[in-house]
Amino acid sequence: MLSVKNLQAEINGKKILNGINLEVKAGEVHAIMGPNGSGKSTLSAVLAGREDYDVTGGEVLFNGKDLLELAPEDRAREGLFLAFQYPVEIPGVSNVNFLRTALNEIRTYRGQPAIEAKEFLALIKEKQQLVELDAKLTGRSVNEGFSGGEKKRNEIFQMAVLNPKLAILDETDSGLDIDALRIVANGVNKLKSKDNATIVITHYQRLLDYIVPDFVHILYKGKIVRSGGKELAFELEEKGYDEIKKKYDIAEV
Amino acid sequence: MLAEKLSVTHQLSEELSKISGKASFMPSSEIGKALQYLEEHGIPNNKQEEYKYCNTEAIIRKEFKSLNGKEIPASKDLKNRYYVGGAYNLYLVNGRFLEQQSEIPAKTMITSIEEVPGAELQKHLSAYAKSDGDAFAALNTAYADRGLFIKIEAGALIEKAIIVHHVYTTKDSFFFNARNLFVIEKNAQVRITEAFYPATGKNFLNNLTEVFTGEHAQVNHCQVQNAGNSFYGVDTLAVSQNRCSNYSHSVFTFSGALVRNNVAVALNEEFSECHLNGLTLSKNQQVVDHHTLVDHQKPNCQSNELYKGVADGRSMLTFNGQIFVEKDAQKTNAYQSSKNILLSDDATVNAKPELEIYANDVKCSHGTSTGKVDENALFYLKARGIGEESARKLLLHAFAHEVIGKVADHDTAAFVEILFENSLN
Ligand SMILES: Nc1ncnc2c1ncn2[C@@H]1O[C@H](COP(=O)(O)OP(=O)(O)OP(=O)(O)O)[C@@H](O)[C@H]1O
Ligand SMILES: [Mg+2]
Repeated sequence: MLSVKNLQAEINGKKILNGINLEVKAGEVHAIMGPNGSGKSTLSAVLAGREDYDVTGGEVLFNGKDLLELAPEDRAREGLFLAFQYPVEIPGVSNVNFLRTALNEIRTYRGQPAIEAKEFLALIKEKQQLVELDAKLTGRSVNEGFSGGEKKRNEIFQMAVLNPKLAILDETDSGLDIDALRIVANGVNKLKSKDNATIVITHYQRLLDYIVPDFVHILYKGKIVRSGGKELAFELEEKGYDEIKKKYDIAEV
Repeated sequence: MLAEKLSVTHQLSEELSKISGKASFMPSSEIGKALQYLEEHGIPNNKQEEYKYCNTEAIIRKEFKSLNGKEIPASKDLKNRYYVGGAYNLYLVNGRFLEQQSEIPAKTMITSIEEVPGAELQKHLSAYAKSDGDAFAALNTAYADRGLFIKIEAGALIEKAIIVHHVYTTKDSFFFNARNLFVIEKNAQVRITEAFYPATGKNFLNNLTEVFTGEHAQVNHCQVQNAGNSFYGVDTLAVSQNRCSNYSHSVFTFSGALVRNNVAVALNEEFSECHLNGLTLSKNQQVVDHHTLVDHQKPNCQSNELYKGVADGRSMLTFNGQIFVEKDAQKTNAYQSSKNILLSDDATVNAKPELEIYANDVKCSHGTSTGKVDENALFYLKARGIGEESARKLLLHAFAHEVIGKVADHDTAAFVEILFENSLN
């Protein structure tokens, strides 16, 4: 589904991604972990098409298409979804209107007709229940005045409505209380199928108790320095990043 | 310098005398003051601080040297073209009131200004807009020969909105001086919306409206300026508020080669409230210049201003908001905010708050911001599959909605929404 080869990117002349390799197949869950500043959000932003970053090398194929060639909106229309680490507040644009517009533009791209009002409302209601998002929030402006946890839940709600092929969840678990964490994870699990895939970026093994990964990757200084199964997350939880940092920093010298 | 300005002024006066003569309803003492002001100051150009971004003298010199225009009678089917169901529809063609075609609510007096009995006018006319304070007020006083008079009688609650349809049909260059007076007597309530439609011909409209709100009166006043790109105008609004009255004004500016709005509100007595809102979308070479003045003269009054603008093309958009809090005006609450979005690198926004506070127990705040469309929000929308165009539109709509949402009359709000949408294209 997603094939990242030797991806390199920089911002303002500062190199942040130093040759990322990653293969994600349909039906898989990948976890990416790594210390602060290692480039996790940068990787997700580059994949989603944020223009602030310059891709200086490598290639990314998404279902056979050259992802880096596509505009951000077309990446979303092709089925890529990024749950933002810091969801943006957009005063004056209602959540519902925003989602209807998004859904319809995606449908148009795929040659489908606009969704019927009734069908849309039913969809909204269903997904709202899935992530237990307060109905009042959907009527409000996008993320405006939402608590940290509500914003994260809103990301998953949007994901549920848009039903992407590949979802990248950038620290969706941070800021969530235990109950919310379970609800969000539950939502992600229910949406999981053999045809779609998920990349979860997280600092905490806790989330991976709920969303069980097939692969865990450790990103450090813009490179995936180790990959393994879910046990790698336990190891990290126990030992922290010290060993990896040491090893990699030495290798660097 | 002055000589040059005066020659433009003299020429304009001469032309205006030919087409309009002197205002029949205006006391000659006021006309005298006005003419003297013009003689001393002339039409302002960009050397005057107040008209720094709006060179009216140059426009008149270039575009309105000779007023060879003709008024064309309006078609009879105004009602078919401009009509709002569930409202009182009033029609003005070239600033002249068409009584026959208009719908006049009970407990009001609505007529053309030339026909108002002197006793009705005397108390208010030229009482709020000084004849010798500004060149356009002076010109208007000296040469206005048409306009609308609205009186809402004491205690009248006008449930449906009054919609004033301003239609301009002229050929070639024309210069109008229209004088209006709205008197909202005590305890009356009314919503008045004035819509200025795209004009034929090349027009300069020097429109001046004085508004009086009596004790406990409540007034919602909207002006929708969309007179087209061969339109030039100075719109002066002078409001005087008595005790416990509430006056809300919203001005929407979507077209006009040059639009200058002077809005001045005097809070003359205690416990009054005024709200001034503006939304402008300027493009091409448009010059739009909003000047507001809120004068807190007495204690315990509130004023609230929100002016928003979107500037595209090579347009220039100005907001200049003066607030005076006079010595006597303790417990004043005065807020002002101006927010602008630049859509092009060639557009300019000038936003300037001017607060002068002479009382010590007051709450005042002001803020201005000018920037581009929020890139983070734009990316967020795109990352959800929304294309660049619609994402921008969505954000601009949201930006505008804060102002449109303040309009009390639903039909007006809907009308403005549509105009905004169309202007974005
Ligand atoms: N606009 C920018 N200008 C300069 N440096 C930047 C910019 N954006 C990101 N960086 C740098 O890139 C590096 C990677 O940042 P990134 O946000 O991808 O880290 P992260 O792994 O997501 O960290 P966290 O765990 O804290 O979320 C950091 O050192 C950061 O300071
Ligand atoms: Mg991050």
